[in-house]
Amino acid sequence: MIRTPRLIGAILAALAALAFLASLTLGPVAVHPAALFVPGTELHGDAAMLIMREIRLPRALLALLIGAALGASGAALQGFLRNPLAEPGVIGVSAFAALGAVIALYTGLSSAVPLALPVLATGAALLAAGLLYVLAGRASTLTLILAGVALSSLAGALTALALNLSPNPFAAQEIVFWLMGSLTDRSLLHVALATPFILAGLVLLLLAARALDVLTLGEEAATSLGVDLARLRWQVVLGTALSAGAATAVAGVIGFVGLVVPHLLRPVLGHRPAVLVPMSALGGGLLLLLADIAVRLVTPGAELKLGVVTALVGAPFFLWLVLRSRGGAG
Amino acid sequence: MLEAREVTVRAGTCPIIDRVSLRLDQGELVGLLGPNGAGKSTLLRALAGVGTATAEGEVLLDGHRLDRIDPWDKARRLAYLPQDRTIAWALHVREVVALGRYPHRRALAPPSTADKAAVETAMVQTGIAAIATRPAHVLSGGEKARVLLARALAVEAPLLLADEPVAGLDPRHQLAVMELLRARARAGAGVLAVLQELPLAARFLDRVILMHRGQIVADGPPVDVLVPDRIGAVFGVRPLAGVHGGEAWLLPWKIDEKRAESPLA
Repeated sequence: MIRTPRLIGAILAALAALAFLASLTLGPVAVHPAALFVPGTELHGDAAMLIMREIRLPRALLALLIGAALGASGAALQGFLRNPLAEPGVIGVSAFAALGAVIALYTGLSSAVPLALPVLATGAALLAAGLLYVLAGRASTLTLILAGVALSSLAGALTALALNLSPNPFAAQEIVFWLMGSLTDRSLLHVALATPFILAGLVLLLLAARALDVLTLGEEAATSLGVDLARLRWQVVLGTALSAGAATAVAGVIGFVGLVVPHLLRPVLGHRPAVLVPMSALGGGLLLLLADIAVRLVTPGAELKLGVVTALVGAPFFLWLVLRSRGGAG
Repeated sequence: MLEAREVTVRAGTCPIIDRVSLRLDQGELVGLLGPNGAGKSTLLRALAGVGTATAEGEVLLDGHRLDRIDPWDKARRLAYLPQDRTIAWALHVREVVALGRYPHRRALAPPSTADKAAVETAMVQTGIAAIATRPAHVLSGGEKARVLLARALAVEAPLLLADEPVAGLDPRHQLAVMELLRARARAGAGVLAVLQELPLAARFLDRVILMHRGQIVADGPPVDVLVPDRIGAVFGVRPLAGVHGGEAWLLPWKIDEKRAESPLA
């Protein structure tokens, strides 16, 4: 196994930077990268800048940030729960964020005030974190997971209820399309709204990473080595709520990124959570940038939803993972 | 110096250990012995200050209450090797051993020379230097036990609490680990180890603490504590004993049929 986190980190960062540039320049309208730095260098310079600022830049920034949020929280949750199948969805925060968005769509608030949707969704994600604290604040890790499953189910049921009661097919379609997850038609306002939460969440997750290494030996050994388990649990849960919650709030449900990215990195980086959390942030950003470029280029006419594509690629991978680990055990 | 005063730990209302008092000084190798379910591991957890069970009484580390000492400071002064040998991820052996340096390292700081030396020394002492780059989760039970012991030794704490450090080891490595623990004690560390192996206890320990049904029934040098009558009463076995080359030896020989209770009870 190769153990050169710095080199691989540098490679991932370089690839993410390239993908970021590609995301700015590739699309239905080709924009030369120079247009980024030197306004008016092209015939349609102003149009290029407009496309860049209003369409491509928010999209690329969100792909990077949301991918980082999902990747890092997936790696941190897998490390914390010591379970390779954990992902940001398990604690119910994403489902709540989605519910908040659905409420904004269902009530028509989102058409009256465009930012109502991400604001409500972020609020719902934080509410879920608060509920988790009340339900499982002093209890065991298992209680935390069970509470997360219960919150997910509740949010799912309420989302279904909103669809069930939706006044007309168009409203229902709007909700369904939003739930599929996408980065189209997001503005720099969305970026400004999500960035503080995602960055705050990432900081919490990165601070937790080293203690997650020690947790590899079990809770008792970790406690004896000075890890404060209660504090670690809240670093991970709140970090996930802030980063993955805000990610869902602006982009909808983008599945499998949080699950898959740590698994893609383990063969090259090893299994230490302290390494995987920051690297999965880079890897997640890279993966989501690439996926978003793919949905733009593959079907330019009827653009596929990003969440559909990540799930389409992620689900078979997940299956392969399950089969492989079963094969390894038996 | 670690001291327990009247420590009681309950599961529900039933006490697992009941008003236990003991002390562990630096420079001595002490064994905690007793039949299954006597409360040895529970007592060790209480002494290490881990686990969720609330304990009554108090545990003092160098005269200060354990639960009031900063966790990082405590971690550097008191190493604990749990019985649980699960290693969740496919970490390399050296990476696992290096986790013992966690309380010595500040966030983002690279491992110091002392960190690296402690890890290498612990691996050499436990005989795992040759497998340093192998993934720890695929090792045999005995190898894994030595890797985790090396992890606990790498803390280089003045006090070490080890729960069954020789369980699952082959005879050669059992002797090697007991010699290693004795050497640590001679070098000034206080070592308290839960042991099931009466022959090793009789031969290597400075002091034996014998537990039965949640209480300490004897505490003293092996020759005074591990006498046939008491072993019969506590473990329900009749031992063979003798002296070889000036050292006492002891061997559990057969189940004591005179004991009213079934050996499986």
